[in-house]
Amino acid sequence: MTTRQSGEAPRRTSPRIRARRIRAVQYALLVAVVVAAGLSADWAQIGRSFFDPGLIRYTVMHGLWLALWNTLVYTAGGFVLGLVAGTLLAMMRLSDVGPYRWLATVYIEFFRGLPALVVFMAFSLLPLAFPGLAMPLPPYGTVWAALGIVGSAYMAETIRAGIQAVPRGQIEAARSLGMSASQAMWRITLPQAFRIMIPPLTNELIMLIKDSSLVFIVGLSAANFDLTKFGRAAANSNVNITPLVVAGLGYLIITLPLSIIVRRMEAAASRGR
Amino acid sequence: MTQAEPLVDIRGLNKYFGHNHVLRDIDFSVARGEVVCVIGPSGSGKSTLLRCVNMLETPQSGTVRVNGRELTDPDCDIDAARRQIGMVFQQFNLFPHHNALDNCTLALTTVLKNKREVAERIARENLERVGLADKLDAYPARLSGGQQQRVAIARALSMDPALMLFDEPTSALDPELVGEVLSVMRRLAAEGMTMIVVTHEIAFAREVADRVVFMDGGGIVEQGPPATLLSAPRAARTRDFLKRVLVPVAD
Repeated sequence: MTTRQSGEAPRRTSPRIRARRIRAVQYALLVAVVVAAGLSADWAQIGRSFFDPGLIRYTVMHGLWLALWNTLVYTAGGFVLGLVAGTLLAMMRLSDVGPYRWLATVYIEFFRGLPALVVFMAFSLLPLAFPGLAMPLPPYGTVWAALGIVGSAYMAETIRAGIQAVPRGQIEAARSLGMSASQAMWRITLPQAFRIMIPPLTNELIMLIKDSSLVFIVGLSAANFDLTKFGRAAANSNVNITPLVVAGLGYLIITLPLSIIVRRMEAAASRGR
Repeated sequence: MTQAEPLVDIRGLNKYFGHNHVLRDIDFSVARGEVVCVIGPSGSGKSTLLRCVNMLETPQSGTVRVNGRELTDPDCDIDAARRQIGMVFQQFNLFPHHNALDNCTLALTTVLKNKREVAERIARENLERVGLADKLDAYPARLSGGQQQRVAIARALSMDPALMLFDEPTSALDPELVGEVLSVMRRLAAEGMTMIVVTHEIAFAREVADRVVFMDGGGIVEQGPPATLLSAPRAARTRDFLKRVLVPVAD
């Protein structure tokens, strides 16, 4: 047991030296893991079945860019639909009208809790429930609607939180200038709310990009393959996983620039404030 | 002063927040061109009374008339009524995503449907009026508190209101910035603007107000010309309050 004066006694090691030692142990552990993985791996096998140079070239030349484009189109449409529907849902959740609030809450809780896979399956079977129903622009209509429904449920909550984060005084200032409630919402609240929402909305966009890999459920012709479906098809026909690895890297071609753009936007937005 | 119809006429106003009776049967009127300062301890209901004048708070009973329009009438076009009532807030409430000029033009273009050039001319005039002709492009975050509050005044003036409401306009300011805002308000009063000012600045009230209203406990305790009310208050509550405000360090 230490005495009361121990606070004044010099510590044996300074906090700085202790922090340095802890960090050294962490680095040593990391290096050990990397080395162990490197030694135990079958590099020749990895090269053959994951990074076959011939297959990489073949995949890039035959359809990768089209698949990348399709993934982009699927996601963009779903995101725009989701953003519009999500904004509407968020305003319904904040409404004074009870039924609007309840409807929005039920919708959000339902589609946020459901796996995107299930929504896609239900959507592709919709013509069974409504004979004669045809989504416009096949296959885009179905894909966009399904992605939009999944995305809107998530985005609605993000948008609601963003709207609520705008100080009440902003609306009071707008209303006292004679703006109507909807003018105040569109001109004052939403522009500020969207700035707050840029980081979480980016997350949802990236999630949608990945959810777009579920379009295979809808049933596509080769020209409409997205990255994952394209990679899987090529991997199956070549009995080699390399095309799927290439397709996977294709997602990074989309998400990395996106992250950079968003970081720039955030910086610009905070400069304006 | 009393023969013409008052610009603001409030009768039998009651406001509750839950069970809290914030305004008790208030009768209150303001003549055209009059400058009224409302003073009183915090929680006395003075800000709530001001916010009832442009219906930022909805009273439970009573009538509020401004410029011949009854705002408490359920069929009243409240947005149209508010265009004639400028409001300046304690926390400025400038729009952070617009620069000083656009803070002033926004309502001109969206509410009054003015052309962009017209709106900009009006906004520029009013920013000049508050001494900020050189800050048109500045965003609120780049302005000092005093400058922000002056932009907020210019924003309200741009709508050419018949009445200006000030809700503790200097309470959020650093002491050295209070003067610039008060001098803008002083000039406005001299130009004949009708003003209701909720304030803690007793010296300002003494100098600028035509009438001072002392509120406490949700009611108007007494009112009168500043010389009378501030120097020789009749009610004990007014005397207590003024003693505390004017000699804050003594205990």
